[in-house]
Amino acid sequence: MGRYAGNPAAIRALYRGNEVHRDVYIDQEVYRLEMKHLFANAWVFVGHESQTPKKGDYFSTQVGDQPVIQVRHSDGEVHVLHNRCPHKGTKIVIDRAGNTGKFFRCPYHAWSFKTDGCLLAIPLKKGYENTGFENSDSKKGMRAVGDVRNYRGFIFCRLAETGISFEDFFGDSLSSIDNMVDRSPAGRLEVAGPPLRYMHHCNWKMLVENQTDTCHPMVAHESSAGTAVKLWEELDMPEGSPLPPAMEIIAPFMSPYEFFENMGIRTWPNGHGHTGVHHSIHSNYSAIPGYMEKMVEAYGEEKAKAILDENRHNTVYFPNIMIKGPIQQLRVFIPLAADKTLVESYIYRLVDGPEQLTARTAMYNRMINAPTSIVGHDDLEMYERAQEGLQSDGLEWVNIQRLYEEDEDFSEEKVENGTTERQMRNQFDAWVRFMTCDMDDVREAAE
Amino acid sequence: MSVSKDQLIDFIYDEARMLDEGRYDEWLALWLKDGHYWMPLDYNQTDPINVTSLMYEDLFMLKLRVERLNGARTFSQKPKSRCHHVIQRPFVDEMDEAAGTFVTKTFMHYVETRLDEQFLLALTARHDLALVDGKLRIANKRVDILNCDAAFRNIQLLP
Repeated sequence: MGRYAGNPAAIRALYRGNEVHRDVYIDQEVYRLEMKHLFANAWVFVGHESQTPKKGDYFSTQVGDQPVIQVRHSDGEVHVLHNRCPHKGTKIVIDRAGNTGKFFRCPYHAWSFKTDGCLLAIPLKKGYENTGFENSDSKKGMRAVGDVRNYRGFIFCRLAETGISFEDFFGDSLSSIDNMVDRSPAGRLEVAGPPLRYMHHCNWKMLVENQTDTCHPMVAHESSAGTAVKLWEELDMPEGSPLPPAMEIIAPFMSPYEFFENMGIRTWPNGHGHTGVHHSIHSNYSAIPGYMEKMVEAYGEEKAKAILDENRHNTVYFPNIMIKGPIQQLRVFIPLAADKTLVESYIYRLVDGPEQLTARTAMYNRMINAPTSIVGHDDLEMYERAQEGLQSDGLEWVNIQRLYEEDEDFSEEKVENGTTERQMRNQFDAWVRFMTCDMDDVREAAE
Repeated sequence: MSVSKDQLIDFIYDEARMLDEGRYDEWLALWLKDGHYWMPLDYNQTDPINVTSLMYEDLFMLKLRVERLNGARTFSQKPKSRCHHVIQRPFVDEMDEAAGTFVTKTFMHYVETRLDEQFLLALTARHDLALVDGKLRIANKRVDILNCDAAFRNIQLLP
């Protein structure tokens, strides 16, 4: 046994308010415990229902390190199943998406399953007669995850059979998903194409923390955003010339500290939070003709205005997704190892909304979050340098102290200065709780 | 003035060499001002606008990309990457002498390296070329990566 398994006190000691120990990023045992405890007990994003619109449509992904299938069952509901044959363990689906018809069929021995996972048939069934098969776990078919919730099209699951409810876990943070979906006059989103897939050799939490790190854009991204501003000035366009779309997206990254201080950060219990309470880098995008009219028609003037006046920048849903409501983007940070993370960046179109908004979102996605993005390049560089630097024994602690106050209470919603690192501390407060909530103290029991 | 098949093929070879040798000012000068460099995210992708691509960049963005490579605070380029194209003889798929427009398709291997890492991509490049004032120029370029849907790490130069 290592230092951390069965030792909740050692896990708690990794976070001490204004600092966090490097082992949360680099230790393999901590990583395995995250998969076993944190990712099993939290509500984790799976996919969007529009990825599986028709009966039999499936989509395969991972929840933590668990291979799962999101599938549309014959009753129209979306189910989430472990992607493993109950016979020998063969993955039932290996492609990323497809349609399986009325049932799944294992390619190894042809065991078949309904799309809710129930065992349908086994060849040579009589070979199992009088063997006690009726009472085996294999007879139960493909196992479903502990619980599933479709929230306005977004599918979340909890792997554990019992635990915190969806409502208690997310609370008022769901307002960010609401705002993103409400931007469609029909109140619905649809996934637009496949996601960008971007491999990072760093811990998944570095990427999550960076979503509310408002003190890095003007520094790390000076080479892209700063150069863009410089090139635009050199073109010496007449006063009031409309910015090219690329400039609208990239120039706000160079906003001064004051801009980010004033934008505000809100934190919710259980590690959720967002930047851009009052304004954000998305505030000054040009209006799309006809969109406001459609929104007023759908919601009435007052509500339409309230929906579009919200400019939340990045909303982090603990543990591992970020959404951008104003541009309908979702990024999922899939942990593959302590030092390996796959980032998938999805975009959605607003049903009944203008195509120009989808085009802007697609542009944002490729400009900022692609493996070919001149912005993404510098982010990856920073994370990976940190992953390597943390090997240094010169200092074992990582500082998350900006605007820290003693006795911070993360069980209450709070709005603070936009450059606070409170949201990172909020994530570690939740991290400790979900790591230890079902971790038995083996040492105590042994005494 | 007319263009021979060999001149079209030489143009493709010369462009690849400019990229490998980092002669970006010369490379940018090859482009017509409305051109786009498109690198799809999906195999056989048809729409560059309303779904995500790896790149779909106009001349402003390409200029920014090139300018950034030389910046003092371009952290992901300290140290700099290097790249290498190995190309098959380009196919000339369309030759409209009257209009002065041409289409070539080129299969190539692209290698990019930085520090201790090096990766290989298999590419298909489609060039839409135009004869303007007696010179061949790039009207549009599309680069398809064979494993475009794979999870990549940084691709920092121009495949």
